[in-house]
Amino acid sequence: MTSDLLLDMRDIRIDGFSDERWHPIIKGVNLQLRRGEVMGLIGESGAGKSTLGKAAMGYTQPGCKLTGGSILFDGMDLAAMSEAQKRPLWGTRIAYVAQSAAASFNPAHRLIEQTVEATNRAGLSPNGNPREDAVELYDALQLPNPSSIGARYPHQVSGGQLQRVMTAMAMSPRPDLIIFDEPTTALDVTTQVEVLASMRKIVEEFNTAAIYITHDLAVVAQMADVIKVLRYGEEVEEAETRKMLTAPEMPYTKSLWSVRGLEKPEETSDDLILEVKGVDAAYGVVKVLHDVSITMPRGKTVAVVGESGSGKSTTARVITGLLPQSGGEVLFNGEPLPPQLKNRSRAQLQKIQMIYQMADTAMNPKQTVGEIIGRPLEFYLGFKGRARDARVSELLQMIELDDSFFDRLPSELSGGQKQRICIARALAAEPELIICDEVTSALDQIVQEGILKLLLRLQKEFNYSYLFITHDIATVKAISDEIVVMLEGKVVEQGLKSDVLEPPYPDYTQLLLSSVPEMDPDWLTNLLDARAG
Amino acid sequence: MHPVFKTVLKRLGLGVATLFVVSAIIFSSISMLPGDFGEAVLGQAATEETVAAFRDELGLDEPAVVRYFQWVGAVATGDLGTSFSGRSSSGVDRSRPVVDLVGPRLWNTLFLAGVTAMIAVPLALLLGLTAALYRGSVYDRAVNVTTLTTIATPEFFVAYILILVFAAINPWFPSLANVQADTPLAERLYRVALPAMTLTLVIVAHMMRMTRAAIINLLASPYIEMARLKGATPREIILRHALPNAWAPIATVIAFNLAYLVVGVVVVEVVFVYPGIGQLMVDAVTTRDIPVVQACALIFAGTYILLNLIADIIGIITNPRLLHPR
Repeated sequence: MTSDLLLDMRDIRIDGFSDERWHPIIKGVNLQLRRGEVMGLIGESGAGKSTLGKAAMGYTQPGCKLTGGSILFDGMDLAAMSEAQKRPLWGTRIAYVAQSAAASFNPAHRLIEQTVEATNRAGLSPNGNPREDAVELYDALQLPNPSSIGARYPHQVSGGQLQRVMTAMAMSPRPDLIIFDEPTTALDVTTQVEVLASMRKIVEEFNTAAIYITHDLAVVAQMADVIKVLRYGEEVEEAETRKMLTAPEMPYTKSLWSVRGLEKPEETSDDLILEVKGVDAAYGVVKVLHDVSITMPRGKTVAVVGESGSGKSTTARVITGLLPQSGGEVLFNGEPLPPQLKNRSRAQLQKIQMIYQMADTAMNPKQTVGEIIGRPLEFYLGFKGRARDARVSELLQMIELDDSFFDRLPSELSGGQKQRICIARALAAEPELIICDEVTSALDQIVQEGILKLLLRLQKEFNYSYLFITHDIATVKAISDEIVVMLEGKVVEQGLKSDVLEPPYPDYTQLLLSSVPEMDPDWLTNLLDARAG
Repeated sequence: MHPVFKTVLKRLGLGVATLFVVSAIIFSSISMLPGDFGEAVLGQAATEETVAAFRDELGLDEPAVVRYFQWVGAVATGDLGTSFSGRSSSGVDRSRPVVDLVGPRLWNTLFLAGVTAMIAVPLALLLGLTAALYRGSVYDRAVNVTTLTTIATPEFFVAYILILVFAAINPWFPSLANVQADTPLAERLYRVALPAMTLTLVIVAHMMRMTRAAIINLLASPYIEMARLKGATPREIILRHALPNAWAPIATVIAFNLAYLVVGVVVVEVVFVYPGIGQLMVDAVTTRDIPVVQACALIFAGTYILLNLIADIIGIITNPRLLHPR
């Protein structure tokens, strides 16, 4: 690492326009980056990390404006330059890697065209020929068939591959600086490991400076030399990665670090509330579940883990009757449930409730909190008028909110509050089984912890059974009694948490568990060594 | 077989099926017209024998279903039947085949539509793209206001204004667009100048605004921001990154407007006394010339179906997800 300064951002202030007025988003942040250095930028959503990252390019999104500060990139003040002046730098000397590769590639052009677009525009010729160089980059990033993958369109390759192609695109002109904006957030853990490893390798190989934006501490620990923590558009603290991980100074940073500490002693029971027996299911002709069997003890939490496409959510759809199975049966309290939703009795519907990942889209935006929670009270239990309102207010207390929320609309709630309302709506039906489909994955870590604690407390008080679908192993450790591991529509194993999470593992469970990043900065290096050996 | 080819065949089949349904609707709605065909065509003075002979000749006493299938069967072999006009109460028959009546008129209509399309479509695309490029600017607003004004003005009024300016005050173009089968091409172009201009003013707004909206709609996509962050200029962003993804909605609107040029321009034809198919159909309706009305209606339906089919195909072949499946 050399000591010469590549990027020097001083007293950056950025305002964003919402609700008819300008609000400060970044409130005077400094950021210094040397050549070849990787800085991790972490914080919860709304902390301004992505806005600050883009500002390092001298770019502000539509609806945002830079109101103060200077951005010295290699001696040029980007804050004072027009977009036409900055354009020659973008995509050539400063490159950007976006969060959702699937949305950030133009669907109309082949990957290779997009990879070399900026390089060709600038007339650069890394390694002789940009196209040949791109193939070498694909190879270095361990993409399959590097010589032919460029001829494909974005929809023809997987998300993890796209993310690596985007890294190749960023690297093609050999930039001085790359902004990685949550590049692995949308990926499965097993894919994430490979993408992280290839990104780190190539950044080291070309000695490129980088700003790595993420909310996942364990990920940033693998990538960054220094970590800067942001909150509410202000810097909380900055330190070298190892020091930050072992001895964070500020209380906020410590709280971020401590979330993963939630633990629950496992219990099981012979009293089964739900048995899924040899279920097959298909979307049209595509068979997605193969002989799936799961048992659920009453009053306990069964976590279903697996990558996207493993059939977790489809299993939930079969249990709720949204997708009738093509074979096998589902027993609820010992009685078989009719496969079709419309053949189930109201009592059967009432006893199984669901909570969704996106609380936003799971609520009618035109209904108030009172109407949303009151509806199942009327529909299942016949509560009306004052009795209904009283019950809504009780439910609000159960989810640790108060009556002031009664007349609010979903748009007036924070992400965590929305998810709490969805929980209250599920509780209102007085269910026995609650299916939680990735209920915390859209939330920040501290908010996640609050929701998980709430669910655990409610389980203790009311003996609810949870079927908890998630891809996040930390969540699983925190809340489950039993774990079901799924892969490609089949159950790999089911067992007590301690049995599943401790060796010996089936191969897939081993791969899944070992891919979950740990806070140790040497974790990725050790893992890659172990897998190579 | 490439899946796109299969999709196109499927659409083509659907188009034919639609045409079949439309033919049934045309036939049955014409059957429901009040009054007796024979008397209406031959006039009040016709003798009962003449009318009966006429009815017999046309098979009007047969059940409607039989007549429908006779008609469809004939149309399928290219025989559109014989016009009712030219017959008189005296029994003298100077009637002509429908093909001879409709053919030249259809050609005139297609000629005017083609000339208009060649001006209007490129103009609308150019205006739409530049308006999207300079969105929010004075230019954008000027283009929007102008095109909205022309679309909001009734087409006969636009026609009269153009006649006033370009034929009466400045005698540059003829105010009558009367062409014959043997009119040479240059003369034809000169004569249809004003009707083509009128129709251009009428259809440009819709296509231009859709182009602009389709492009601007895409500008919020993450891949457009990515293109900007890769240093693409505004022009590159519009032409290279947004337009290739916007063809489907643009093609749909163009198809809609081209269909209008064939089926909906009777008012403009009347103003300029242009011998198009619209006037023919209106005349045929007033004289109860059923074979001609049916033929025109079928041509109109076929035009809509064909143009929409082409728009569909453009939508498919410009979508890599459909053209290059996984």
